[in-house]
Amino acid sequence: MSQDVLILKGIEKSFGETRVLQGIDLHIAQGEFLTLLGSSGCGKTTTIRIVAGLETPDAGQVLLDGEDVTDKEPYQRNVNTVFQNYALFPHMNVEENIGYGLKLKKKSKQQIHEAVMEALKLVQLEGYEKRMPSELSGGQRQRVAIARSIINEPKVLLLDEPLGALDLQLRRQMQLELKRLQKKLGITFIYITHDQEEALNMSDRIAVMKDGRFVQIGTAHEIYDHPRTAYVARFVGNANIIHVDGQTLAVRSENIQLMSQKMDEMDRLPENVDHQKSFVGGLPGMIKEKSFVGGMLRIVIALEDGTEVIASRHGIDADWEPGQSCFVYWEPQAGVTVEEE
Amino acid sequence: MGRKSNNWLLIAPMYIFTLLFVAGPLIYMLVLSFLQKADVWGVEFVFTLKNYLKIGKQVYLNTFWESIKLAFATTALTLLIGYPFGYFMAKLPEKRKTLFMLLIVIPFWTNALMRMYGWIILFRSNGLIEQGLMALGLIDDSLKMLYNYKAVLAGMVYALLPFMILSVYSSAEKMDWTLVEAAKDLGAKSWQAFVTITLKLTLPGILSGVILVFIPSMGLFFIADILGGGKIMLVGNLIQNQLMSTRDWPFAAALAVILMLFTTLFIWGYKKITHSDELEGLL
Repeated sequence: MSQDVLILKGIEKSFGETRVLQGIDLHIAQGEFLTLLGSSGCGKTTTIRIVAGLETPDAGQVLLDGEDVTDKEPYQRNVNTVFQNYALFPHMNVEENIGYGLKLKKKSKQQIHEAVMEALKLVQLEGYEKRMPSELSGGQRQRVAIARSIINEPKVLLLDEPLGALDLQLRRQMQLELKRLQKKLGITFIYITHDQEEALNMSDRIAVMKDGRFVQIGTAHEIYDHPRTAYVARFVGNANIIHVDGQTLAVRSENIQLMSQKMDEMDRLPENVDHQKSFVGGLPGMIKEKSFVGGMLRIVIALEDGTEVIASRHGIDADWEPGQSCFVYWEPQAGVTVEEE
Repeated sequence: MGRKSNNWLLIAPMYIFTLLFVAGPLIYMLVLSFLQKADVWGVEFVFTLKNYLKIGKQVYLNTFWESIKLAFATTALTLLIGYPFGYFMAKLPEKRKTLFMLLIVIPFWTNALMRMYGWIILFRSNGLIEQGLMALGLIDDSLKMLYNYKAVLAGMVYALLPFMILSVYSSAEKMDWTLVEAAKDLGAKSWQAFVTITLKLTLPGILSGVILVFIPSMGLFFIADILGGGKIMLVGNLIQNQLMSTRDWPFAAALAVILMLFTTLFIWGYKKITHSDELEGLL
């Protein structure tokens, strides 16, 4: 991670009355895999469209390799995009699609052909060069779209929810392949997703976006274990947000312990609880729901202040029934102080 | 009584209709074109190629040539005006699209002949437009805008433009504009993206528009009659004359057959270029 290949400075953008981006600052290092994570409408796509030159920001600067490209046309920037719907040209076959960028650069037919074959090999689609996009499956189209973008050797590759339309199994496989490709080519990736698992799996760094701002930027580990705000804790870690003693705490559901009665710290503990550990909390509540989700027991507890807390893990006390009153505990280190939005 | 016989009964009217009103007249015309004109009225049942040979005369060849030139000019002009029109119409917000569609369709509610006479009222010497221009002091003398080749061309373009606009619009409407963004993203300048993507994908619309304009412009005779003041002779006028005035039905039929062959050739060319069996939009 040497120098910054892309810098965004104070980017702002409005569509009509809607302020889509409200001051975006970002430094991306050469070869980095950065994910923009956020729910739909948070401004992720607008951000990369501004990087690609498909939108012009109202304020701010885009620096690519130190050069100000804010007002440059898309064709003047060495940046390529993998579009959400792939945007393959329907009237061109796979080879023509992939070779499109090189043809514009007036490369010779021989050069284009070789580069296309190379790219097809990279995305494991050898032998498909004469097919039309309509003759390909979703996963294959995806690969063609990726090959078409990387053939131009962009400084930054922008990927707008590229795996969104694929089924779960294919998505997992493509995640690994994309990661492998990125390492091999050493191209900087900016990857958009609303799937926190995908973000945690693939990224060097994650930028969590909300309402046109970055809420937190950090490694997967930092974001997951040390969320800065309640939103990040909830969105990335599915954490419970609990208000106690004037503080806002994020506690992930696997760290929630339930007791039938209030206990002092050294008091006798129920059998399921590890005797070596100490616990804090002791908030009274009532069991609201109990269900099995993905092989795990999931219990929803309503605290007295109305907050809902979810406890979910293997081996949680299965005897709880809706309507029972309980006390909610967690280990001190499991509760992370976060900022309220 | 199987299902097949029932099906046949349902399809039968279509076949009968086609035979009676499409195949029948065509065969009648074809047969007619090989017969001889009777001295006073009707035809004599004598086989002859004379009608076709007659078309080879310089005066008739000239008529064909004039018609083709006018048809090409009309098509080129409608394309030049209609393409940008249809293209930008497809990019308008939904409500505006409906408005423009209405504006294009409304003239069809008025008889085409009436609209041509409307043109005369506007453009004739000392007509509304000349009076207006004279009142503004822009001209002193009559512009003589009517009864010449330009007037016929303008009338043709006016009458056939909607077909071009709607054809282009219907294929531009289906365009996925992210494809243009993708092209630009891959390094295309705006004009390059237009030529390699937009133009290629709207080509079926262009071609069907060209056919929908070119074919009628070969046959339309009333525009040349009204706006050309009888000075411009097109194939359509020639056929009409031979049929109604000279009463040489076989020759009129031969002219019509040649015109039809020409049209068929054109549609065949269209299929060759687009690999498509359907005309975009209106057909």
